[in-house]
Amino acid sequence: MISTYDAVVIGAGIVGAACACELARAGMRTAIVEASIVGGGATAAGMGHIVVMDDSPAQLALTQYSQSLWNEIAPQLPANVEYDRCGTLWIAADDEEMQEVRRKQAVYASVNVRTEVLDSRALSEAEPNLRRPLAGALLVPSDAVLYPPCAAVYLLECAKQAGAALYIGNAVAKAERGRVTFSDGTELSAALIIHATGAGATRLMPHLPIRKRKGHLVITDRYPDFVRHQLVELGYLKSAHSITSDSVAFNVQPRRTGQLLIGSSRQYDNEGAGVDQKVVSAMLARAFDYIPSMKELSSIRVWTGFRAATPDKLPLIGPTEDPSVFLATGHEGLGITTSLATARLLTDHLLQRGTSIPLGPYLPERFAREVIYA
Amino acid sequence: MPERITLTINGRWCEALEGTTVAAAIMNAGAACRASATGELRGPLCGMGICFECRAIVNGKPHQRTCQMLCEAGMEVNTQ
Amino acid sequence: MAAVACAAEGGRHVAVVDDNFTLGGQIWRGKDTPLKTAEVWRARVAAANVVRIQGARVYAQPAPGVLRAEQNGSYVDVAYEKLILATGARERFLPFPGWTLPNVAGAGGLQALVKNGLFVEGKRIVVAGSGPLLLAVAAYLKRHKAKVLAICEQAPLSRLLKFATSIVTDKEKLLQAVVYKSQTLSAPFHTGCWPVSAQGKERLESVTLRKGNRTWTIACDYLACGFHLVPNTEVPELLGCRVLDGKVAVDEWQQTSILDIYCAGEPTGVGGVELALVEGQIAGYAAAGLPDNARSLFAQRARQRKFAQKLEEAFALDSALKELPQDDTVICRCEDVSYLTLKDEPSWRAAKLHTRCGMGPCQGRICGAATEFLFGWNAGSVRPPIFPATLSCLEAIPELLELQETR
Repeated sequence: MISTYDAVVIGAGIVGAACACELARAGMRTAIVEASIVGGGATAAGMGHIVVMDDSPAQLALTQYSQSLWNEIAPQLPANVEYDRCGTLWIAADDEEMQEVRRKQAVYASVNVRTEVLDSRALSEAEPNLRRPLAGALLVPSDAVLYPPCAAVYLLECAKQAGAALYIGNAVAKAERGRVTFSDGTELSAALIIHATGAGATRLMPHLPIRKRKGHLVITDRYPDFVRHQLVELGYLKSAHSITSDSVAFNVQPRRTGQLLIGSSRQYDNEGAGVDQKVVSAMLARAFDYIPSMKELSSIRVWTGFRAATPDKLPLIGPTEDPSVFLATGHEGLGITTSLATARLLTDHLLQRGTSIPLGPYLPERFAREVIYA
Repeated sequence: MPERITLTINGRWCEALEGTTVAAAIMNAGAACRASATGELRGPLCGMGICFECRAIVNGKPHQRTCQMLCEAGMEVNTQ
Repeated sequence: MAAVACAAEGGRHVAVVDDNFTLGGQIWRGKDTPLKTAEVWRARVAAANVVRIQGARVYAQPAPGVLRAEQNGSYVDVAYEKLILATGARERFLPFPGWTLPNVAGAGGLQALVKNGLFVEGKRIVVAGSGPLLLAVAAYLKRHKAKVLAICEQAPLSRLLKFATSIVTDKEKLLQAVVYKSQTLSAPFHTGCWPVSAQGKERLESVTLRKGNRTWTIACDYLACGFHLVPNTEVPELLGCRVLDGKVAVDEWQQTSILDIYCAGEPTGVGGVELALVEGQIAGYAAAGLPDNARSLFAQRARQRKFAQKLEEAFALDSALKELPQDDTVICRCEDVSYLTLKDEPSWRAAKLHTRCGMGPCQGRICGAATEFLFGWNAGSVRPPIFPATLSCLEAIPELLELQETR
């Protein structure tokens, strides 16, 4: 006796949970399957930064749309999601970066995202622990932070409330042609199968153009008010830009607990989950460049995770050659931010009710031909 | 004859015998070391430096494990 | 200390890295240790040419054969050819309502605090939990003129009597037990008894105890409560040593699964001072390349290991202790995570991610043992830093420093 669903979502990270919630609320008989722990993959290694990112027009559209969806649900988020609209400060270390600040402001303005340029003095007033002098920063007050694993749990709970079935602890061996087969042989029948499998997506679909991009995070003990906004260096985009090389960038977040979350690093071809001391050292050294007094703080934990990276840094959202299989993966460092938009876009597409932003840039078919990495 | 050390705990002058840890001095003074994440008052539990309940602010620095720290003259200790 | 002395006496260049400010660990903390044994070993270590690195906590392994420890806000790298891990044990704390009140401490915990200057003269103290440590702590507190109002051992009398008869043949232990008992005669000793709650506004004011069907409340100033000991296996795990059932696996030479890394004492299985001393000596001699000296102690170790086994059986924890926490009882003290929040989580890792239990500075050392008992969870593997480290120390790139010369 095989259970039949309209939609089965594979993977209960934040993207999968968001998809399950959206699909279930849209009236589909939905199931979500998770081999291990809800929100235990890249979701557990994400910074939880809800950020509008202007790396490309398609990325700008997706992150802005998704942020608006987060804004809508923010009042309902439970306390353990630790949602905090603290805003982002894009830090300019020199005049060249200040020009980038102004360019960025114009781009955000063109899509109605309000920002404010801070000069050197305003910046040090806003963030007294930043080294002086810095050239200034772009403040994006609408950006927020949250704690991703609990956000995933919340979205999964919403899916459950809307009638979704949860299959936790079962690994999937195969998921194609309307059939999801677990490793113990049991099966689910699904008109639609959504792969929200993150960095592990190529296990079930080996030809996907997804590479693992390892990241490290460090978290400190509680130092309330040490930092007030998510602080990101403008060089961050250079780091996220680069497709091939390893890099670190200054990226520090104040958690609601008063702890500081320190990122970020990117490495390819390092499949081990172990902590890479050289990378941690480089990441911290970069952070100390911007916040020298951070050297004195006590660190509690270091951990790693794997982002799912595609060649053009945009996710894969939409249909595949298998009419029953759809993708919601490849979110690189923006999975938390764009989880809600991914879920909404996919659901709108599946129900043929028209998407709020064009789905084109994220369609998997853009990689239908052989992909060669530069 | 063990020396007597004077230090302040939450602004009050207290005396401690040489060789006393800051945690013991805080307990002797009837004070708490810290307030927990939800605001509960806490004092030392393990006495050996691993539970972190004895954390207090010493000379302006927070998160000091006071059970592994000897009292020194003029130290300023505050409940964290 | 035994390992250090034996290895040094064997002619090797020895350093000891210790978080405490002076040698002695927990059982021989502070200056006034009544046992002559402690003084003997202190003297042997002092006489040997040993580099002492105190106030230093190992937090990472920056390169093979190197340990990195934080000391005074900066780090020290210690390179070794052979390593002996004698990281000891910590108390197991079981949560019950009110256990987080100030002046509720461990049994060994309160003793350590008294050794480090806490005044207990005239103070009313209840000692509770499990293990021979309770009697030792009660006796110690009495010697420091505290009013020990009750000693509450959770193990039933029948098991304790069986344990007592098993040590009758061991003269030193028997003598020790008799001494402690005589020093604490005035304090009611209850078996099959444990605290069900602690009360107080800003600090402890009273403890409620249960024995069978009877519960009663005692007004007191301190509660010294610990449920036996749990091995400190973090450094061995960091180095990749095999750990089975919470104990570091060692061969007859006290060598772990990693060549040239030895482990002695409580981390190989909680067994008390005498076993730790023997294992320490064996490890010291073995590491120093003196196998015959080591071998001569094997029989003594075997005898002491039998005692360790009896210890574990005698003081096994009553499953009723799992019922002690209420829904609002804090289980993870670092993050204030309650029993209600935790009880439906499927595993340690899920609980950690979803509730932040175990994500505080104690890195699960306190709540890990509690949740293992309450829910059967297995805490996962360790990752550096295995102890909170100042960020400047965490940043340090692997590079070797000269072995510190300190005296």
